[in-house]
Parts: sequence; C-alpha cells; structure tokens
Amino acid sequence: MDVLYFAWVRERIGTPKDKVDTEAATVRDLVEELRAREPRYEAAFADLSALRVAVDQELADFDAPLAGVREVAFFPPMTGG
Amino acid sequence: MDIRVQEVPFDLGEEARAFAARQSGMGAVVTFTGIVRDVAEGLEVMEIEHYPGMTERALTRIAEEARARWGLGDVLVVHRFGRLRADELIMMVATAARHRADAFQAAEFLMDYLKSRAPFWKKEHGRDGASWVAARDEDEDALDRW
Repeated sequence: MDVLYFAWVRERIGTPKDKVDTEAATVRDLVEELRAREPRYEAAFADLSALRVAVDQELADFDAPLAGVREVAFFPPMTGG
Repeated sequence: MDIRVQEVPFDLGEEARAFAARQSGMGAVVTFTGIVRDVAEGLEVMEIEHYPGMTERALTRIAEEARARWGLGDVLVVHRFGRLRADELIMMVATAARHRADAFQAAEFLMDYLKSRAPFWKKEHGRDGASWVAARDEDEDALDRW
C-alpha cells in the first residue's frame, strides 16, 4: 500500500511517500504501526485531531477499513481557494 | 464542465469571456476569483501544494453537486499550485445558470466546499521564515449552511 503525506505532515516525516506492507485492519491501526517506527512518525501523528485522512483518494475517517485499499494519505485540514 | 489544476497563470478575462461565449440559453454568468494577499506584510512567496489525482476528483465531485443542485448549464474551476506572489490570481470559478440567484449561490457553494474539501495547502514564505496557513473554523462552519 502507498502511504502519502502532505504539507507539514510530509515535512515532519521527511518523505512524501512510503510503501507499506501491512495487515492493519483500519486507518487507526495503520497509524499505530507508523507511530511505532521512529520518533519523526510519532511526532507527525501525535495529535490525530489535527490530521485528516483520505483512503483511495476519498476523505475518510480513522476507523475506515483498509481491506483492498491501495493508497492512504495523511494531511492537515485543507486550505484551498 | 471544465476543471483545471495547473501551475501556470490563467487569464481571468479570457477565461470569463470564453466561458460566457460557450453558453446557450443561460441568462447569468457569475465568476469569482481568489487573489494572493500579503496579510502579514512581508510575504515573498505563497506556496500551494496539492494532492494530484484526489484534487481533480474532489473538484469534479463538488462541481457536479453544484450543477445538479442549481440546475447549472456549466461550471468552470481553475486552481493553481506552485509558488505564487502577492496579487497573483490563485483560482477562479464560473457558473452559468438561467437566472442570477442560482449562479451566485452555486458560486458561493463551490467556494465554501473548495476551501475545506479540496486537498490544497498553503505555505507562506516571508521575511521571517515560512509557515503553513491554518484552516479556519469559519471555513468549516460555512459548510453548515448548505
């Protein structure tokens, strides 16, 4: 699965994209796996209320299931316009 | 319907002219344009990041909803990304409807949704460093009226 990061999440983690081999059932489980990796991931995911998530390019919540999912993205609230 | 996400500038006059010219039976065209503001005085560059793929999908969904809800004849959304300077045009929307009320309301709906449901992020680079623009509660609250 591709895991993408945008804006300050990308900067904090230090990469725009990870290829992740995971058995995580939900986004929340995936976050826990990522947090356990390294302090920079722990820092990026410290406050989930400051983050939004998209699953296969659709906005989702942290309880969204990951079965069959190809792409998950984490980012701060959007500021378009 | 025309949805464009691009790095290069766009010509507001030409876009508005071409949009109006290709309508038929529409009595009203409304355009809105967003411009980079130097809020803190000292802005050197406004960097706009987006999520290629999802951005186009999100904008298309929002535009389709507006078209269905207000019976629009046409919708145009142009949004830039990359590095912009103060007073450059960031984005525009145009709506065409039989009557002006629908065209105005649809344009407002598009803007409200585009601000907090399309994956763009702004970073201000100024004399004193760089910082990400935080989303505003008012922008999220603005969705409630729809």
